[in-house]
Amino acid sequence: MAIPFEQILIQTINGIVTGMILALVASGLTLIFGIMDVVNFAHGELFMLGAYVGVVTMVATGNFWLALLTAIIVLAALGAIIQVTTLRPLLGRDPLTTILATFGLSLVLQNYALWQFGPVARKIPEPITGHFTLFYLDYPWYRIAIALLSAAIIGGLYLFLKFGTYGIWIRATTQDRVMAAAMGIPVPWVHTAVFAIGAGMAAASGVLFGPLVGVNHAMGLDWTLKAFIVVVVGGMGNLGGSIAASIFISLLEAYASLWVSPAQAVIVSFVVLILTLLFRPTGLFVPTPK
Amino acid sequence: MTSARSPLAFWAGFAIVLGLLIIAPLVLPEFWRRFVTEILIWGLLAMSSDILIGYTGMVSFGHSAFFGLGMYGAAAALLTVRPPNLWVALAYGIVAAAVVAVFVAYFSTRLREIYFGITTLVFSQIFYVIIFTWTEVTGGENGLTFSRPTLSVPGLFSMPFDSNTLHWFVLAVVTVSYLVLRRITQSPFGMVLQSIRENEPRTRAIGYAVERYKIVAVMLSGLFAGLAGVLYAVQNRFAAPDFVFFVVSGEVVIFNVMGGVGTLVGPIVGAAFFLLLREGCSRFFTEYYLIPVGLIFIAMVIFMPQGLVGVWRRRLNQ
Repeated sequence: MAIPFEQILIQTINGIVTGMILALVASGLTLIFGIMDVVNFAHGELFMLGAYVGVVTMVATGNFWLALLTAIIVLAALGAIIQVTTLRPLLGRDPLTTILATFGLSLVLQNYALWQFGPVARKIPEPITGHFTLFYLDYPWYRIAIALLSAAIIGGLYLFLKFGTYGIWIRATTQDRVMAAAMGIPVPWVHTAVFAIGAGMAAASGVLFGPLVGVNHAMGLDWTLKAFIVVVVGGMGNLGGSIAASIFISLLEAYASLWVSPAQAVIVSFVVLILTLLFRPTGLFVPTPK
Repeated sequence: MTSARSPLAFWAGFAIVLGLLIIAPLVLPEFWRRFVTEILIWGLLAMSSDILIGYTGMVSFGHSAFFGLGMYGAAAALLTVRPPNLWVALAYGIVAAAVVAVFVAYFSTRLREIYFGITTLVFSQIFYVIIFTWTEVTGGENGLTFSRPTLSVPGLFSMPFDSNTLHWFVLAVVTVSYLVLRRITQSPFGMVLQSIRENEPRTRAIGYAVERYKIVAVMLSGLFAGLAGVLYAVQNRFAAPDFVFFVVSGEVVIFNVMGGVGTLVGPIVGAAFFLLLREGCSRFFTEYYLIPVGLIFIAMVIFMPQGLVGVWRRRLNQ
């Protein structure tokens, strides 16, 4: 079966757009893992709650960009609260306990959203409604804007980690928690800040993604899984690797959905993950392990 | 050490609990009778994963796959074999789950800790997607429904299940499974598993083929999870893809942690506690019962890492 060239190109663009959103979710997750050894099962739920905060603000003010900003701030605050109350007591225990705690958290958050917002999916209107012609399709500019905006946020994070004072604190904590503490860095608060940043980024991606599919309480599960796959394929705690892996996997899934239904296309990313774990357990996009 | 007097106390306790469970259906109303049976089935599933979590130190997030394969295996037997036979359903379900468990184990046991958990989770999702989308065979989203087989021993007797005999049958299966699993954990094989949990490199250095032991452990665990799946299928007369979804695996881990890992009894207690909690909370919070349940679970992870019966861990393993 021959696939027309335009379709491949369209899927390439689709893949890159979803890949950038996924990268935004996954870079928060990988940051949290890299620094705190916390496997955050509730990350998709933060994504989902961010989208809901976006919906609520959108209804109240009608301004998409304000909604985006509010969602980031609210979820960052919530992330900080969650970290202090739930994860800080688990510091220094087996990383598996953090999986359990965040799993419990995801149950709570998901059902809270169901209770608060009901089972009907909400829609966020697109802030940019223009289209451009891509072969026979009208391709929305908004999708391109999402990709660019995600790239900008991730780029901002990178610059912050590279040059900002607090960014350097964060990297120092990643490298050696005890040494960082000895140098006077308030390690517990660095953890809190990192969790807040991760939550804020998940919220941003939730709001950006909202207009594409609609917001409902179960959307987080999907993203948790996807983000996990990406983070493992990219190398746990490796920011650049996660971004590369996000785009790689989204492209693969986009191409696979030329042949099979999107539900089955997910299997492609599962297979990539398993192969990665078997042959390069430290991640595909990292230099050869020591 | 409490070695001298414990065995007797342990078996006395065992007999009392077993006796209570035997008479339970005679005194409980219909709803609770069913409820206790369900606890036993989920308890068996949780107990099967305790072999990995508590005794080998590997946390599996993929037990829903084994449970689901047991369900669908039983469904296959009950829908294709005429007349429907309970023992054939058991065999199909157990074999299906064990084969899949070996397949999953072959890949996942090469990895440790979180990576093992993620691999098992991903495998269970693969099976979920296959079952969910392969509508012609598995019924897709709607699942499969079938009628309950009769309880029969060829040449001896044959009788249809009612809720009492079903309870006793489940109880018998769970009790035998418990005794078998207990024996396994105390066997030389089980000792190797526990030494893997305590110190894997050293176990390897002593000369044990760690990977092979792990694969067998996952297979055993999957086999009993499949058994639980068959029981659940027989009790409810359907197989549905929801039970293969990874949230079920998460609940299994919750049962283990609430009850106390590494005790075999703990997971059953955890399942009972969780289901009761869910039942109680759903009276007050209707369908949002998972909010309080989740909060209690988080609190238990933080403040009670040993679980409800973890205090008696040593005694329960005697």
